[in-house]
Amino acid sequence: MDYSQFGAMIPELIILGLFFVVFVLDVFTRDGSKKSWLTPVTTVLFGLATVAIWLIPSADTSAFGGMYVDDNACKAIKAILNIGVFIVFLQSASWVDSDETAIRKGEFYELILATLFGMYLMISARHFLLFVIGLETASLPLAALVAFNKKHYESHEAAIKYILTAVFSSAILLMGLSFVYAFSGGSLYFSDIAVAITAGSMSGLLVVALAFVIAGIGFKLSLVPFHLWTADVYQGAPTAITSYLSVISKGAAAFAFFIIFAQAFGQVFADSWEWMMYGVIILTITVGNLFAIRQKNMKRFMAFSSISQAGYIMLGVMSQSAIGLGSMMYYIFVYIVSNLGAFAVIASIENKTGKVGMDDYDGLHKTNPWLSFAMTLAMFSLAGIPPFAGFFSKFFIFNSVASTGSMALYMLVLVALINTIISLYYYLLVVKAIWINTGEAKIEAFKSNGGEKAALWICVAGIVFFGLVPYIYDYCYNAAQIPLF
Amino acid sequence: MDLDMLWYLVPSVIMFAAGVYGFMTRKNMIAMLISLELMLNAADLNFVVFNRFLFPGQMEGMVFTLFAIAIAAAETAVAIAIIVNIYRAIGNTDVNDADKMKY
Repeated sequence: MDYSQFGAMIPELIILGLFFVVFVLDVFTRDGSKKSWLTPVTTVLFGLATVAIWLIPSADTSAFGGMYVDDNACKAIKAILNIGVFIVFLQSASWVDSDETAIRKGEFYELILATLFGMYLMISARHFLLFVIGLETASLPLAALVAFNKKHYESHEAAIKYILTAVFSSAILLMGLSFVYAFSGGSLYFSDIAVAITAGSMSGLLVVALAFVIAGIGFKLSLVPFHLWTADVYQGAPTAITSYLSVISKGAAAFAFFIIFAQAFGQVFADSWEWMMYGVIILTITVGNLFAIRQKNMKRFMAFSSISQAGYIMLGVMSQSAIGLGSMMYYIFVYIVSNLGAFAVIASIENKTGKVGMDDYDGLHKTNPWLSFAMTLAMFSLAGIPPFAGFFSKFFIFNSVASTGSMALYMLVLVALINTIISLYYYLLVVKAIWINTGEAKIEAFKSNGGEKAALWICVAGIVFFGLVPYIYDYCYNAAQIPLF
Repeated sequence: MDLDMLWYLVPSVIMFAAGVYGFMTRKNMIAMLISLELMLNAADLNFVVFNRFLFPGQMEGMVFTLFAIAIAAAETAVAIAIIVNIYRAIGNTDVNDADKMKY
């Protein structure tokens, strides 16, 4: 056994090292002081790790006979997710330091780092064994995180709903993979599967296997026939975890989805799974939008909004090109700052006052003008109003699908466009509640903590500048220039 | 080795279908967990059978099964811990009573 191969996994090793540092610090220090230093130390260390992953120049590596590949696209998406996790750490700092959770704060950071490690493996996997291991490493600690609010019953209810659906979907995924294994000539490498599919003819077995695999991964992304867990889990989980689930976990799964469908099943795109995904995307965007309209709880509202956003992210998969991958990564990046901006406001209001209803936001601008301002920008960006970043991300992803030139995909873009207009309605409902609805403000004026402020400023800067600074899109586009087939 | 591969695949499909049926109809969380185990084991059985009959010279399916068993064990541990917490909160493990959040 050649252990030097592990040296190729630089981003994973950084995260794993950080995990052990936090673990040792947490376990072998005295409990008396409530460890108020652990939060800033972890955040700063994680920030350094993020900078390291962004800046360390490294060649494309692969290890374990090609099971693990770390090319430019993988590095870029890992760096993007890392920034998202950093913002989550900033905005959750005050909640983690509160009396109720302070004693368990080490576990919070350890579990988040463990899930991030799993997502890295998922992103870099070019073999289904490593992919499944990464998927489970990402989803099992997440169940524990959803149940993190030990004293609140909703947290446990959300956790049991999450883990039962997650395991159900992985069982379906494993069943599908076993058929793929039988079909592919005894290898689970993505490239070998593609070769076997090209050599053999289309068979019914393969279509069944594909449907199973789409169902299994669709659960993680909360695509529509498999979305029923989303709203309950998002509502019951602690707000920091909800924001983590809605952006980081979704972004990693979307990228892995793209790689699997381009590299392993790219050859049967037009024959079978293009039409499955076509229906799934239209359903996802539409159902997510229609259910979001009637939500009164902000966290449930954001859950349905994130379902429809997942549909837009999946548009990148349909184009099956480097432009599609680049636009998808750009969309994920913009979605991270927009959604985390909205969640930073929701979280700081919930921490201070415990209110999460949309009615409670009436007249918020009188008492908390800065929070109202940030929330408005986030909603505009999510809805795709120019000149905010959300407009450009939608533009690029529509462009990538339309540039394939197929008539059916034009229709798909049209449906997505109509849905953008529907989504404008419910995003503006929040803005209306904040700025226009009359009546006494139900939330008194308060000051946010430093971490929340920093997170909000980063998100607002991202929302304003990501669309206007061409470097960001160029970065994603250049990173996406990898051999796809 | 007289038996055909089909004789192993039919039980695995029956196990999988029984698992799905049990997951949909059972009201007790522990019973739902057992149904999930059935589904996972059906997939494992599939892997082993395909490996043994189609690709007897290789080990990939067997290795995959070993990992899948480990994952299933970890998943059960986490799920049981959460179920214990729910039992402490509401006094039983009936999914119909875990209905505080819904549409």
